[in-house]
Amino acid sequence: MTSDRDRFDQIPKNSGRERISNTNLLLIITICTFVGMYVLAMLIWGGGFVNPQQFIDIFNNNAFLIVIACGLTVVMISGGIDISVGGITALVTMICVVYLDDHGGSVIGSLGLALGIGIAFGLIQGVLISYLEIQPFIVTLAGMFFAKGMTTVVSAVPRTASQETFVALKQYRIILQGIGSYGKAGNFIPARIELGVIVAIAVVLLIFVLLKWTRFGRNLYAVGGNSQSALMLGINVKRTRFYSYLLCGLLSGIGGYVYLLHTGAGNASNATAAEMQAIASAIIGGTLLTGGVGNVIGTLFGVLSLKTISNIVIASGLREPYWQSITTGLMLTFFILLQSAVLALRENRGLKLLPKWMRPRSGEDG
Amino acid sequence: MDNAFKKFTRSPLVVPLFALLLIIVFNLIRDVGFFELTVTTNNIGNTVLSGNIISILNGASELAILAIGMTLVTASSKGQDISVGAAAAIAGSVFVRVLRENEITMPVILIAFLASCVVAMIFGAFNGTLVAVFRIQPMIATLILFTAGRSIAYWINGGATPTVESPLLGNIGSFIPGIPIPTPILIVIVFSVLVALILRFTNLGLYTQAVGINEKSARLNGINTVLMKILSFMLLGVCSAIAGAINVSRIGLINHETLLMDIEMDAILAVAIGGNALSGGKFSLAGSVIGAYVIQALTITLYAMKVPSTAVKACKAVVIIAIVVIGSPIVKAYAIELRNRLFQKSVNVTES
Repeated sequence: MTSDRDRFDQIPKNSGRERISNTNLLLIITICTFVGMYVLAMLIWGGGFVNPQQFIDIFNNNAFLIVIACGLTVVMISGGIDISVGGITALVTMICVVYLDDHGGSVIGSLGLALGIGIAFGLIQGVLISYLEIQPFIVTLAGMFFAKGMTTVVSAVPRTASQETFVALKQYRIILQGIGSYGKAGNFIPARIELGVIVAIAVVLLIFVLLKWTRFGRNLYAVGGNSQSALMLGINVKRTRFYSYLLCGLLSGIGGYVYLLHTGAGNASNATAAEMQAIASAIIGGTLLTGGVGNVIGTLFGVLSLKTISNIVIASGLREPYWQSITTGLMLTFFILLQSAVLALRENRGLKLLPKWMRPRSGEDG
Repeated sequence: MDNAFKKFTRSPLVVPLFALLLIIVFNLIRDVGFFELTVTTNNIGNTVLSGNIISILNGASELAILAIGMTLVTASSKGQDISVGAAAAIAGSVFVRVLRENEITMPVILIAFLASCVVAMIFGAFNGTLVAVFRIQPMIATLILFTAGRSIAYWINGGATPTVESPLLGNIGSFIPGIPIPTPILIVIVFSVLVALILRFTNLGLYTQAVGINEKSARLNGINTVLMKILSFMLLGVCSAIAGAINVSRIGLINHETLLMDIEMDAILAVAIGGNALSGGKFSLAGSVIGAYVIQALTITLYAMKVPSTAVKACKAVVIIAIVVIGSPIVKAYAIELRNRLFQKSVNVTES
């Protein structure tokens, strides 16, 4: 029951600068953690971490994850969730490979197919969620089941694309002159970047611009923050939600194609648990599942942090596979608790987290 | 009569019962003998019942138990626990570990089960604390255990997939000599009755709903909302432990990677099909249990139709979407409006 007057008094008056918004604060924490982690790894283990190629390989191997995590960030900002992204990725890889090899398809055609599948999923899921108001979890769960099931219907065995143009595209590497490492024989090996990384970076920048400087982006934050007041402001809440799922579907299609460009194989087990990794990346990057707060740059760093921690775990000699998911879990715990604490302090309800005897005496007890 | 019908169509059980009826009718049209029960003698000489009904009821046991816990968590915390499969894997691993280090007798099985319950409750309390004290969205809070859980299960048994064999475990997993009904079905019945009695004779159900409907007013009325949420997560932990123990006894080994894989998704679906709002508040346990049987009946039907096991997921997805679209309030309102308009038109025609 704080009045407006009280709220006004709580704003610190001595600082002339604006307060950092929640979005930016969480973003800064994520970037600092990532940089700190990487520098620490370089100092302690050196070796691979100093090699620029290993840093670029994080991008090479996870370009698809960056793309789908961007889509998920958009949906999460609007207050929804989409767990069908991994399934769509697998379906796109499989259909594209079958189209390229068995039906004599062209690269352009397969790309169109990938985008079409993504848009189709986004369209149906978006209509069901925003216009029929069915819970997003159920709809996208069914979407995931459907996509995974269809992947095995299209082909039960893993397939590898052998169409020439596609293989040439897949093996194309952008060579960075001047950045690289010295091989054992003392020869200079320049760093190589895959095509998918360019796509991923372009997607991140595009979504960043979309969220920051367009009406759709603004509406998205408003809808996620408080859909009631967004409605009062005259924002078309349903259409905004619908577009967010459409965009996420489209990005899953692109993500699927990027995955295919990296591995060149269609397989039902492609991108297993990618949806959870994407959600985890978005959370580490400072996106709140409650909606209204988030940033794709943070998501990018979320993916990088998630993968760097796996590299560190391997480098520190814990080679058994279970350590990776345990450390990922620990890292998630850390970031989730951090977010919760930061936001609680911001909203001045941090004191409530403390036991009663630790709270200051003055002030009301909520 | 008309009133009773209206009352029935407004009850939350109408969606799951309608779905179940649809599947039954579909099966009867497809194959009249689908629900035939036969009495056979199994390999250890028991007279047992077998047939599609039994395999549906038997196969859905773990799901039904988890759906009960999931309903309570959904009601109190307005979110879902996606770590139940991982928690069941951890509990199952503890169960197997205790069994393997001792001679398997009935008391040892009981101790092993209690140990797995305690471990699962600790993990449930962890999830519950994140949700209730730190106010993290349940799906995000349980994402931690979802990612790390199966690895913890792997670590408990030192990375192996050990087998446990004992006729006593066979009794739990399949049949008790002399009783023709599979034991998991009996466990589900006993457990549901127990939970129903607890909800009936204590304030647990009322308080859980109060917390889910309006947390603030529940607190102002003197309900410890934090405790209620943690309690519901711990109860789900117990459910995971039971499901894990049943599954281990059924197959006689533990594979932490595949044990009850993807069951969290099915459990949430069972809650939704059962007519419960995933946004918390009022709940109906019976609906969730029926929802679990709907899912299993659907799976068995698809298998019986010779749908390849890999495509079952896709078919399931289509059916689920159909069920939730029919059950969605918007579609219902639209249908009622359409009916009214048609009705009005016919009235107008007769008037003119």
